[in-house]
Amino acid sequence: MTRRPGKGRRQIALKDRLLPVLISLASVILVFGVVGYFVTSAPQWPRIQLQFFSLEAIIESFPAVAKGFLVSMQIWVISLVCIGIWALVLAIFRAMGGPWFAPLRVFAILYVDLFRGLPALLLVLLFGFGIPALNLPGLPTSGMFWGGVALILSYSAYATEVYRSGIEAVHEGQNMAAKALGLSQWQTLRYAILPQALRNVVPAMLNLVVALQKDVALLSVIGVRDAVREAQIYTARTFNYSSLVAAAILFLLATIPLARLTDHLQRRDRERRLQGVL
Amino acid sequence: MTRIVIDKLTKFYGDKMVLDGVDLSVAPHEVVCLIGASGSGKSTLLRCINGLTEFDEGAVRLDGVDIFDPAFGRTGLYKRVGIVFQAYNLFPHMTVLQNVTLAPIKVHGRDRREAETAALKLLDMFGLGQFAQAYPEQLSGGQQQRVAIVRSLATEPEVLLLDEVTAALDPELIGEVLKIIRDLKTSGMTMVIVTHEMGFARDVADRVCFLDGGRIVEQGEPHRLFADPQQPRTQKFLERIIAAGRLEAAR
Repeated sequence: MTRRPGKGRRQIALKDRLLPVLISLASVILVFGVVGYFVTSAPQWPRIQLQFFSLEAIIESFPAVAKGFLVSMQIWVISLVCIGIWALVLAIFRAMGGPWFAPLRVFAILYVDLFRGLPALLLVLLFGFGIPALNLPGLPTSGMFWGGVALILSYSAYATEVYRSGIEAVHEGQNMAAKALGLSQWQTLRYAILPQALRNVVPAMLNLVVALQKDVALLSVIGVRDAVREAQIYTARTFNYSSLVAAAILFLLATIPLARLTDHLQRRDRERRLQGVL
Repeated sequence: MTRIVIDKLTKFYGDKMVLDGVDLSVAPHEVVCLIGASGSGKSTLLRCINGLTEFDEGAVRLDGVDIFDPAFGRTGLYKRVGIVFQAYNLFPHMTVLQNVTLAPIKVHGRDRREAETAALKLLDMFGLGQFAQAYPEQLSGGQQQRVAIVRSLATEPEVLLLDEVTAALDPELIGEVLKIIRDLKTSGMTMVIVTHEMGFARDVADRVCFLDGGRIVEQGEPHRLFADPQQPRTQKFLERIIAAGRLEAAR
């Protein structure tokens, strides 16, 4: 406010900033317009439109697909909470040094090796069909429950590694300072290392969050009526695939903002690190 | 009467011997400076004194008790021997006050309010009172290092180890940290100081030890050692220091 000559400069700067934006906008519209024109003027386009982009079918299937999508979101949120906690426990097991904690360390290492090495789909089939088939008394038989368990087991292996990289990225001097102050190993982790590690891993963890949101669709193969399953049911009845497009739109509406947030946080993180270097 | 006794301390990093049977004793209220080239073992020696670095042979005793004696408990040694590092190693996610009160509250079980009052008094004493609620990254290097010193004093140690505490600082910030160390000497703190500031070592130390190849090659009263080194290796080291402009030739 106090820099008076700044006003004129800012106007020029605004024009300078606006021009590239306009050029980008125009070229984007031009390129995508041309592509769009050729696609829609192709002779096969009406058939494609009818099969995949029929507004009528999208509207007709939407209530069921949206209901399924809510189921997907519920599974997603509950799994996220469980993965966040369970993976943190495993990462802490992994970070505890000293001979007494060797069994916990070995357990965490084997766990990650096992569940990161198996396809999530295999686990979903194994748990979702296999465990209910045992008919064990006292255990839930819902496919949704066991499919969720499979996702949690699989994704927590990745999340453990993300936590671990965050813990290892905290400078060794922090460990030494905490030890020199007399903090126990657990206190060092709890008060000195983890608060910094958790901040470090937010962007990487959000990537997993987005991936999990989509992989919830794996549960449709064991009969969970999520968005994909509901869309398939509609497709099987009408031979029109627009319901899957409806589901796709819902997924994109949910994942794209999250992905943008992740990008934003990653950029901010990088800037903060660069500042730290300077 | 001695406070610290280091007895034939030997340490290997792999096959490399970094400490070669070092003997050193420090009297109460004495200030001992360790000087020497990089890799001479002085920082390693310092960290052996409070058990931060493990050693292979020999012993360190505090007031006649081996530092690994169970009598110290898990935290007793760290309470009685504080250390300050070259890179400050403050916890960046905690305020200055939280940094200073962490050990008194969590390790030594002091009441939070009581610990905070004591910490604020200590921060005031070192001219840092107005930074109590600031985060480390908001402070200059010199201020951060002063906070690190206050943090190590918060548990009221009897011995303070200082590991090249001015080496990471801009030249104009070194003075404020060195002043605190001088004040601590006046208050009677026993200190072992690893430093490259030869002028400071000469002024503040009661005794200077020159290390080379993991041994104390020469030690003595600072003015004598800097003005008239007896050992060829000490002479050579000091010549290089003077040539580099880090110590005005006193001879």
